[in-house]
Amino acid sequence: MTLLFDGAEWDFAKLDATYRACEEIACGELGLTPYPSQIEVITSEQMLDAYSSVGLPLMYRHWSFGKRFARDELLYRAGMQSLAYEIVINSNPCIAYLMEENTMPMQTLVIAHACFGHNHFFRSNHLFRQWTDADGILDYLAFARRFVAECEERHGLAAVERILDAAHALQGQGVHRYLRRKWRLADEEERARARQRYEEESHNPLWSTVPGSDRQAGGGRAVNQAKAALNMPEENLLYLCEKHAPGLRGWQRELVRIVRVVAQYFYPQQQTKLANEGCATAVHYAIMTRLHDRGQIGDGAYLEFLTSHTAVTRQPTLADANFQGWNPYALGFAIMRDIERVCTEPDAEDVHWFPAFAGNGDPWGTLREAWAEYRDESLVRQFLGPKVMRAFRMVNLNDQANEPAYEVTEIHDDSGYRRIRSLLADHYDPARAAPLIEATDVDLAGDRSLRLTYLSRHKQRLHDASARQTLAHLQTLWGYKVTLQEIDADTDRVLGELIAEA
Amino acid sequence: MMIVDRRPNPQGKSLPNRQRFLVRVKAQVRRAVADSIDRRRISDVGADEEVKVRVAGTSEPAFRQAGGADGDYVLPGTGTLNRGDRIPKPQGGGGRGHEAADSGGGEDSFEFTLTREEFLDCFFEELELPRLTRTELGEAMLSKPRRAGFSIAGQPTALDVRRTMRNSLARRVALRRPDREDLEGAEREVSEAIAAGDDGRIAAARSALDLMLRRIARIPFIDPIDVRYHRHERVRLPASDAVMFCLMDVSGSMTEHMKGLAKRFFMLLHLFLERKYDRVHVVFIRHTERAQEVDEETFFRSRETGGTVVSSALAEMLRVQAERFPPGAFNIYVAQASDGDNMHADSSAVVALMARILPLVRYFAYVETGQGEEERFGAAPGQETSLWSTYRAIAEDGARQLAMRRMAELRDVWGVFAELFRKDPVGVAP
Repeated sequence: MTLLFDGAEWDFAKLDATYRACEEIACGELGLTPYPSQIEVITSEQMLDAYSSVGLPLMYRHWSFGKRFARDELLYRAGMQSLAYEIVINSNPCIAYLMEENTMPMQTLVIAHACFGHNHFFRSNHLFRQWTDADGILDYLAFARRFVAECEERHGLAAVERILDAAHALQGQGVHRYLRRKWRLADEEERARARQRYEEESHNPLWSTVPGSDRQAGGGRAVNQAKAALNMPEENLLYLCEKHAPGLRGWQRELVRIVRVVAQYFYPQQQTKLANEGCATAVHYAIMTRLHDRGQIGDGAYLEFLTSHTAVTRQPTLADANFQGWNPYALGFAIMRDIERVCTEPDAEDVHWFPAFAGNGDPWGTLREAWAEYRDESLVRQFLGPKVMRAFRMVNLNDQANEPAYEVTEIHDDSGYRRIRSLLADHYDPARAAPLIEATDVDLAGDRSLRLTYLSRHKQRLHDASARQTLAHLQTLWGYKVTLQEIDADTDRVLGELIAEA
Repeated sequence: MMIVDRRPNPQGKSLPNRQRFLVRVKAQVRRAVADSIDRRRISDVGADEEVKVRVAGTSEPAFRQAGGADGDYVLPGTGTLNRGDRIPKPQGGGGRGHEAADSGGGEDSFEFTLTREEFLDCFFEELELPRLTRTELGEAMLSKPRRAGFSIAGQPTALDVRRTMRNSLARRVALRRPDREDLEGAEREVSEAIAAGDDGRIAAARSALDLMLRRIARIPFIDPIDVRYHRHERVRLPASDAVMFCLMDVSGSMTEHMKGLAKRFFMLLHLFLERKYDRVHVVFIRHTERAQEVDEETFFRSRETGGTVVSSALAEMLRVQAERFPPGAFNIYVAQASDGDNMHADSSAVVALMARILPLVRYFAYVETGQGEEERFGAAPGQETSLWSTYRAIAEDGARQLAMRRMAELRDVWGVFAELFRKDPVGVAP
């Protein structure tokens, strides 16, 4: 076949032809089912813009994004940090940003990686399917941006900032970890308008003159009913504030909701870094290699690709000065390649470890299933094989807080494989990464103070100063006093009690 | 699939976010700006140099775990580790590398760079050239030529060639002046007719050619009535040039500390004027008993010995002004710094010179520098210096361009400056 391009220069015709060639391989040969793509060519400054607003193209305005921009810009200008080659957004159509500085081989790599790899993952992975609404997100963000701007105009920058700051602090506690129902963001704007309209229409100043005696008269039963409505314990603190905070006004609740929607939207991404990057890397590797085999890209372009591919999938060892923990590209890619190998050329060890798919001759079908049905934690638990553990010479270090040294407790040998795999999988368990904090009680009859409980595991405590500041933000939203109790999960012993920073 | 070229989209999408961020770190920005003023030359301030702001205290807190707890970490090893091996923990660090790498909620501290506009905005927020003098004196006016249509007479250099040629073309078409192609066609016809030997045709062709040649001779290619010139009008515009006279006493009684105060004050004024005018000239005049125009380096560095005669500086200022800066073309500002010492006999000369200077200038700022806390204003407490009392008398006489302030400490400089240029009209210090 003829070369798609020659040399480093790119133009729109070449991008188009290259996209089609990649599509042929990805959808035809690999069986991927991505959303339609929308490729956007941007400058480096626009890339920085996209960085600062967590990759979303239409983010509402907030100073923290300005801060992020200032910092990223500085790092970039000082040459301390290079920009990503691409950013891809989980939307339908799937938006992928290409930087204008990239050479044509790099653009090809980015198209293969983002438009097919990540895009397929977004569309097929069950977490994204359950938790995000790719069809509605862009419209919702446009609505959020408008709404925030409107509030700023109506109520002033400072008032809006106060709520957004507080809600941002609680983003980590702003997701439902257990499925309720799928969000349909498309109707979200309409629903928001309806809520506001209802509130405006049903406002009757007379009610505020009724003395609050009925609640006291009802006694304990009314309080109990109200408490039941709170649905305690509640792990989604933003949801709790949005629905039940006594003092918030309608527009404030809506702001909290916006932050919550965005937080929820990113929730699956945190759990699928390894799988997502592994998928995208495996896909771009397959596409680029096949393009080269077909004679559609030249040797020079392929070498350029290999150079950046190996740079991206480099994994320094723990003794290396550059060691920063696991590189999701490296580990993800290694696992995917191993699955591929096990499907096509298994040896006795593979048959023993992966009886379900060893030698089934359908590597891409197996990979597609791995991408669709698993998240990082379960992916490692199911698909990490001894060969990959050996390749990375995996060891387990046990860290005891009062010891001066780490102890090597497991290594990559027959008696260590399973334990290492299980411990690594634990590390990707989202329940371990985020502190488990729940709202457990509200003093409805008294001072309306809210009580949170933090369940401490492995003697892990909360970072004191930041927890106090965060509590202060929660107090802003809740409107009344908030306290937090740290409780040891194993012994139920109270480890400490935190109150908001004054 | 769609390819969209976003590059032409408006830049600076995150500008509103940046502005919100700047408001957030205002105190730190202010401090950084003040520091940068300290380090620079007067005319350098606000030039393209960057101001770096160190940001702290804009942390975005979140609940996070403190680290340092017991745990297991599966990591890529070196291949040489075995069970029971012990690896010493890094000093002074709690968590493992990969724990610290993704610390979202940590205290952020980083530097970023202010643009020139942001720098100045932040600096001169809430300050304004004193309205008092502006409304009273009006802007200095300057007349400048401005294009104003066309005329039929003018300098050759102002000839509008396009318009002239357009008129010429219209006239030639209207009068049916043959162009070169017509002429060549007629000539060819003649030679073809001659070649054909057709006498009748020769005669007709010859007469047609003659007619053309006569027309060409009679109808000029460019006629004086075609010619157009650009017309210029002189309009009066507010002068956009300013000159700032820095007057300073450099006699022995002025210490380095006092000069430092003066320098900062001059610098602020220069920066401030630069925001208002296209070009700001700076003239440095130092004086002891005699006054002299010098460059900036000498002005601040060198020290002279001798008495103090303030009128010499005022006279020198008037001389330079008369020589180079006509009041019609320049907005004139004077800033004078002194410890207040003046020979008593000089007072009447000062009053006389000030009477000539004040009508010329937009603003005359006098700052009296003191030594510091212990010896607050050069003179004994409660006692006025001689220059101060001279100027006070002038100001009380209704010279509203004259403003005077005292400062003793570095931290006073900004306050004094801000007081002088606050948006409300300012009068004389009590």
